Amino acid sequence: MKAIKNTGLIIFLIGLLAFTSLLFIGDFKVTSNTFEAIIKSKDIKSEWFINSLKNKVIDKEFSSQFKLSKEIISAQEIANEVHKKNSEWDKVIWDKPHSLSYQFIKASGIGSVPENRGLYWFLSFGLGIIGALMFIIPDIIILGPPGIKNDGIFLNAATNRGWIGWFAFIFLVSFYILLYFYPDFIVNWVYLVDPISEFISGNLASQWFLYGFLYCTVMTVMAVRMYVKYRNNKYQILRTTSVLFFQIVFAFLIPEILVRFEKPWYDFKNAFPLDYDFFFKWNLDELLSSGSFGLFILVWGVVLTIVVVPVMVYFFGKRWYCSWVCGCGGLAETLGDPYRQNSSKTLLSWRVERIVIHTVLIFALVMTGFALYTFFSGANQVLGIKTQTIQDVYGFLIGSIFAGVIGTGFYPIFGNRVWCRFGCPLAAYLGFVQRFKSQFRITTNGGQCISCGNCSTYCEQGIDVRAYAQKGENIVRSSCVGCGICSAVCPRGVLKLENGPEEGRINPTTILLGNDVDLMELVKKK
Amino acid sequence: MEHIVIIGNGISGVTAARHIRKNSDKKITIVSTETKYFFSRTALMYVYMGHMKFKHTQPYEDWFWQKNNIELILAFVGNINTDDKILEFTNGTSLSYDKLIIATGSKPNKFGWPGQDSDGVMGMYHKQDLEKLEKYAPNKKVCQRAVIVGGGLIGIELAEMLRSRDIPVTFLVREASFWNGVLPAQESEMINKHIKEHHIDLRLNTNLKEIKSDEFGKVTSIIIEETGEEIFCDVVGLTAGVTPNINFIKKSKIDTKKGVLVNHYLETNIEDIYAIGDCAEQQQAIGQRRNIEAVWYTGRMMGEALAQTICNKKTEYKPGNWFNSAKFLDIEYQTYGWVFSERNKKDTELYFQWKHPNNKKCITISYDSHSNQFLGINTFGIRMRHEIFDSWLTDSKSIAFVLEHLADANFDPEFYKLHEAEIVAKFNKENNTNIQLKKKSWKRIFNRV
Repeated sequence: MKAIKNTGLIIFLIGLLAFTSLLFIGDFKVTSNTFEAIIKSKDIKSEWFINSLKNKVIDKEFSSQFKLSKEIISAQEIANEVHKKNSEWDKVIWDKPHSLSYQFIKASGIGSVPENRGLYWFLSFGLGIIGALMFIIPDIIILGPPGIKNDGIFLNAATNRGWIGWFAFIFLVSFYILLYFYPDFIVNWVYLVDPISEFISGNLASQWFLYGFLYCTVMTVMAVRMYVKYRNNKYQILRTTSVLFFQIVFAFLIPEILVRFEKPWYDFKNAFPLDYDFFFKWNLDELLSSGSFGLFILVWGVVLTIVVVPVMVYFFGKRWYCSWVCGCGGLAETLGDPYRQNSSKTLLSWRVERIVIHTVLIFALVMTGFALYTFFSGANQVLGIKTQTIQDVYGFLIGSIFAGVIGTGFYPIFGNRVWCRFGCPLAAYLGFVQRFKSQFRITTNGGQCISCGNCSTYCEQGIDVRAYAQKGENIVRSSCVGCGICSAVCPRGVLKLENGPEEGRINPTTILLGNDVDLMELVKKK
Repeated sequence: MEHIVIIGNGISGVTAARHIRKNSDKKITIVSTETKYFFSRTALMYVYMGHMKFKHTQPYEDWFWQKNNIELILAFVGNINTDDKILEFTNGTSLSYDKLIIATGSKPNKFGWPGQDSDGVMGMYHKQDLEKLEKYAPNKKVCQRAVIVGGGLIGIELAEMLRSRDIPVTFLVREASFWNGVLPAQESEMINKHIKEHHIDLRLNTNLKEIKSDEFGKVTSIIIEETGEEIFCDVVGLTAGVTPNINFIKKSKIDTKKGVLVNHYLETNIEDIYAIGDCAEQQQAIGQRRNIEAVWYTGRMMGEALAQTICNKKTEYKPGNWFNSAKFLDIEYQTYGWVFSERNKKDTELYFQWKHPNNKKCITISYDSHSNQFLGINTFGIRMRHEIFDSWLTDSKSIAFVLEHLADANFDPEFYKLHEAEIVAKFNKENNTNIQLKKKSWKRIFNRV
């Protein structure tokens, strides 16, 4: 069994190596047909750009996407400089350089990768999946009878912020930076999933399709790990299944299939303000121009946010969303599970958390106010501030850097719910409802707590669960996502996630159970 | 300002300090040799197993003590001068007190085995034991086998710890079945089986005769009394219970027996000196409890009660209904009220037992054969609600009532399989009764009926 596990690890690493080295191979040649097609579809009017680029790239072979990207971007820069100087605003190319470059490069791959997509898919994704499963599944036998075995987590360089953890951190952060800011560098990855994309939506893949596919793959493999690890715990099994289902069906398949039917791409479970661009002008315009189906999405989006979300939180706590439905939560609970113990539990981080997450919420609401004002008034600015600027700032700082680069990239170092804990505006909103008007709480079991600290250590949200448990006090906290791990790892059966009557939910206890107190006397003293 | 000095920073001493601080602004000093900051002793095992780091076992951050104006001194008390109210430390310094709380806890039992002080022989109680274990049993190369002597809770925890690093373990248990002085046979047998499934070499009916060591005083093997068999090992864990850690007190004027003798107000024979926790021995037993109870939560409760007394609200230590819990490798155990093992059972005590056919779940409910009064419950693999059982015990409910309302008491995570119906059906069948299980009711749970 150990041999299978070790072989699996080696196969996985080969897959990872293959995946990574794809960035450094490949040949590209922009044909004049491709060139003309993109110029036309992008409606580029700059003859500076067209002519200079034509000379430099057409029918020339480039041995890497980096070189080709450089040519395209410098051509755009020079052209824009000239046009801006001459105030020829209609000729300026407003596209982000790496996005424009992506358009050309994606259409220009020649050589082995685009020709052998199946083979390369197998060498990277395939080996990665097979290796990971071979590494994960033998634990059923190696670790003995069912029961949570956290043995060695803090002795392992992967899970204890050791060198493997830091390596994973660098890898993840680099991945997100490439994905968000340099899509033209990762075209070889995108080729791999072209056939899958064509099968589902009828289109070639974009970097976002690649991301969605990778996301689902990683979640599925790591969900298998969850099933193995928590196989004695039905709550964890069901929760993992649910979150996996919503990711694959709602966040991945349905939106892509909608595209096949020429409907707007939409994730029906993605509630505002996590779905921060829902009220942006471009989205509203698109929905309103898509007939009754667009209108349905619009109504659903609004109802989801202002009715479904708070009502469900009232009955079940925010866990129904964060731990059972949400895609961000889904990745955190599967890929991130091995890192949950790295979240900080200090008072300082709690203070920082409350300030930061509520600031993001306010930022999102103000931005949405601007967006709606823009949409209805037709003006493009409010109080001298351009709506577009605010949207861009939010998209960059929160949507890309916080949710992506930091939110997932920092898993191995800061724990797996960095985004949910510090950044997610929807979590902040759900948290308000959970804290003040909900039936959900974590009940503690009388005097049974021995303050061992397992609960706090394994709380991904950095809640000092023990501080409540040892006082026999129910845990009613905005940040609790109801993952249920505190209850699972408790050796004394002290914690239970519960939906019960609101009355008595908050119970600051004066004396812990165990000591017999004379109640009449206690009443007299007060 | 009155100066309260507490010797020992375990759960009893620290609870006392915290509650005194809640109720007063007295000067508080905690003296300890073990560690500067309070940690949860029960979690030491998880540090070795790599579930936690040592800092995770500390319930309060380091700034907590200064913020709450509780002074911490790392020193070893050599003598208590009760006449002048002065603590004399072994480093030559001293500290005067107005009120003294002795909360020094326990130390592992040693029964005079030859070689019991060799290197590589250790208990599993203090932080220092953990450090020793890291030294002598960091992995299976350095420690090719460990022998554990004593079949209680600490013994099985130590076995689990060593197994987490793949170290072969031989577990010597004096009794015919694990912990059968406490557990009914059904449970004890289930745990025996469970221990063996975890590849622990469990030897029942086996006593330690001698520990052998090499010329450097390092343990090399042990000899079994019954068979004379020699087992080669690098570590010996002595886990045959604990005794109060009070050697330095014995030469003072404070009355001691096995522990520091106290009355129900936790007062010793000397005014202004109190003892709490594992080291305290009740002059008169409370209920069916033992005079010395080395249990984590009773230490906590004594600390709470004594803090009230010290803050001028004289409070008797009145532990309520007995409860406890533990985890045997993967099996969780909870008990409420008294369920005595077959060995200690009274004639009027009856068992009702249920066991899941293949899962590691079982319960024993004990009740009085004449009055049918519910006396206590042991549950394995099923979590129960403390408040509910506590109130049922206080109200002397009948076994029928308990079974009828069993659903109210279940504390398992959501979606877990419930067994109440099977349990009640089995009771009905065995006793020719017709008890109907009631649906869980929040109203009853809240009102504790």
